[in-house]
Amino acid sequence: MSDQQKPKNPERHSTYIQKEKKSTKPFHKTPMLDQLESGPWPSFVTGLKRLAHNNNMMVDLLGQLEHSYKTRLGYWKGGTVSVFGYGGGIIPRFSEVAAMFPESKEFHTLRVQPPPGNHYTTKMLRQLSNSWNKWGSGLIAFHGQTGNIMFIGTTSENTQHFFDEINDFGWDLGGAGPCVRTAMSCVGAARCEQSNCNEQKIHRLLVNNFIDDMHRPALPYKFKFKVSGCPNDCMNSIQRADFAVIGTWRDDIQVDQKEVKAFVAKKGRKYVIDNVVSRCPTKALSLNDDDSLAVDNRNCVRCMHCINVMTKALSPGKDKGITLLIGGKRTLKIGDTMGTVIIPFMKLETDEDYEKLRALAATVIDFWAENGLEHERCGEMIERIGLVNFLEGVGVDVDPNMITHPRTSSYVRLDEWDQEAAKWNERKQAAG
Amino acid sequence: MAEAAKMRPPIESGCPDAFQYMHPLMIKNYANWKYHDRPRPGVLHHVAHSGDEIWTVRVGTQRQLGPYELNLLCDIIDQYGEGYVRFTIRSNMEIMVSKKDKVEPLIKAFEEAGYPVGGTGPSVTMISHTQGWLHCDIPGTDASGVVKALMDDLYEEFVKEDMPNRVHITTSCCQINCGGQGDIAINVQHTKPPKINHDLVANVCERPSVVARCPVAAIRPAMVNGKPSLEVDEKKCICCGACFPPCPPMQINDPEHSKLAIWVGGKNSNARSKPMFHKLVAAGIPNNPPRWPEANAIVKKVLGAYKKDAKDWERVGDWVERIGWPRFFELTGLPFTKFHIDNWRGARNSLNASTHIRF
Repeated sequence: MSDQQKPKNPERHSTYIQKEKKSTKPFHKTPMLDQLESGPWPSFVTGLKRLAHNNNMMVDLLGQLEHSYKTRLGYWKGGTVSVFGYGGGIIPRFSEVAAMFPESKEFHTLRVQPPPGNHYTTKMLRQLSNSWNKWGSGLIAFHGQTGNIMFIGTTSENTQHFFDEINDFGWDLGGAGPCVRTAMSCVGAARCEQSNCNEQKIHRLLVNNFIDDMHRPALPYKFKFKVSGCPNDCMNSIQRADFAVIGTWRDDIQVDQKEVKAFVAKKGRKYVIDNVVSRCPTKALSLNDDDSLAVDNRNCVRCMHCINVMTKALSPGKDKGITLLIGGKRTLKIGDTMGTVIIPFMKLETDEDYEKLRALAATVIDFWAENGLEHERCGEMIERIGLVNFLEGVGVDVDPNMITHPRTSSYVRLDEWDQEAAKWNERKQAAG
Repeated sequence: MAEAAKMRPPIESGCPDAFQYMHPLMIKNYANWKYHDRPRPGVLHHVAHSGDEIWTVRVGTQRQLGPYELNLLCDIIDQYGEGYVRFTIRSNMEIMVSKKDKVEPLIKAFEEAGYPVGGTGPSVTMISHTQGWLHCDIPGTDASGVVKALMDDLYEEFVKEDMPNRVHITTSCCQINCGGQGDIAINVQHTKPPKINHDLVANVCERPSVVARCPVAAIRPAMVNGKPSLEVDEKKCICCGACFPPCPPMQINDPEHSKLAIWVGGKNSNARSKPMFHKLVAAGIPNNPPRWPEANAIVKKVLGAYKKDAKDWERVGDWVERIGWPRFFELTGLPFTKFHIDNWRGARNSLNASTHIRF
């Protein structure tokens, strides 16, 4: 779509701004922000201007944002705001330039937990929007990077009114500060054939079990749960979650050879060899002379690539479960860390299975709460104390799936080698 | 006390049940889907073992939505869709319908309202971003503006599926990197140590916490002008800004010296290669609102080289791994400097300890 194209119905278009001005305060000049109104992508500036036609808070918010663009500095500071009974869930923002922009001197955000998979009805979206329009600026972000619905911009007093209203129709605050945070899940079993677990159930089981740790921040730092239904990890959980639950399977990939042959016939052998067979990271695939596919399932690492390419012919196995990785986080303070495999595979079918997962999460949070330093994420604690100390602390046995390769340095005391080797042999025997 | 007694206690309901908001076909076929395909850019088609089919139209949004936008989008969904919608992790809306013939009218209605349909498969999908100057207390730059400017330029790549594989771009307004890992990441990079307002430190900051927060132990308590404050060993300081959130008088943001850096090759998926972190490719880029043309030019340069040189299904990181970093700098024309050579913990792992060299 070109910029010049005139919308057929200008009043029903992302570029529309109403003529009627209900806000009483005159607009600030915003020459820099105005430049973000052109171009084909829907403009958030036009959205802010529409809101500024309705309320004075947004008039001054636009003024402050333009001031930031002009001076290239931010002007919000934090503080303490909460709703009755909770210690977190609100991001307080007080303006440092309130003298110039008094109407938006308080501009707090409420973090609200979406349902797993971010499903809504239009009816519910409108209801949330109406409530926020009544008690706040009207501006909502779907969603913040942690996964919250962000209701951006209201006064200290109205945070309570808004919360009371939406809490009555089923919505609760998320986390802010050193606490269990709002979780995220992919669309998963609701619409994706690659799902290997019940993301909805895992997500709510984990988060709602730690609701007290979410609403009353008292942990060393933040703790995030994320659930992805398969190793494509659409929730970026390995790199973003302290506790990453990823669906996987341990039996064979399901192959529909008729569909494989149809795919080869349609795309050609070269395409299949170049884009499926030779892209397998463990060389576990081979195209047979009759255009069927041979899979070395013992060496398949469940990377998902071939299944992503041949969606109709290949699918995950039937013996489904999850892999659990712990310790992912972003840069602060020791640099980015990815999660580490803690449980290579566990089934999640019976109530006991789910209880095992819940209990493990509780043990991990307890151990970290006891041993983590202030402002230290779980992964940073593991880096500091070593994976083995962490495993012993939470009662998980070592497993070669936890490492890329064994140690390469001989600078280590090994005088208890025989006992440790005996433990391994015992576990092997017990497993039969 | 009388007032406190009137306060309404919260209902600690936690994360709500999604089944009350899910499309009926999604509930009916929960965990029973068979396969999917993409009939056209922006549309997904899923088929269940029961034979049921569901079509999804993916729409790009500005993430920050007011009542006008929400009602406009909901009106379209109610009129042409079936009233059910979800959001992706990258702020795209997905509208599910049970009949194929509803797809085109739905797309047409969104496009007529100025909302792009796309972001599926090998496209450049919506940029994941942070709050920036709009709402964050520590931002070095804006987020929504950077994203708007870049998505205007990449509009065609959103509505088409013309890339070798999907491209996830992220932005972050400080070095904490809330935007996350990306095929291409545009992140603030400070270049000067914090300027300390010594009059305020004692009253505003818990000094031991600030000292503990520094990744390189460059901060120590000090008396300045007779007041307890903090001082920074500027030779050790890496200008990361970690001291600024717990101690706002340690002003790290600077209109000139807070720059942008561009990182390449991050990947969250386990497909083919293991997940990867993004790597620094360009820095010293001016923080230049309202449209950040210098940063956009570099992003487009990287995208152009990737589009031309990468093979099907290679993500940016997969592509660079195949062709090697020397070729990356050759193809993009970006300068290679001493700053590209890591000196953080584990840096030796990123050095070439082999004779594997391409000529």
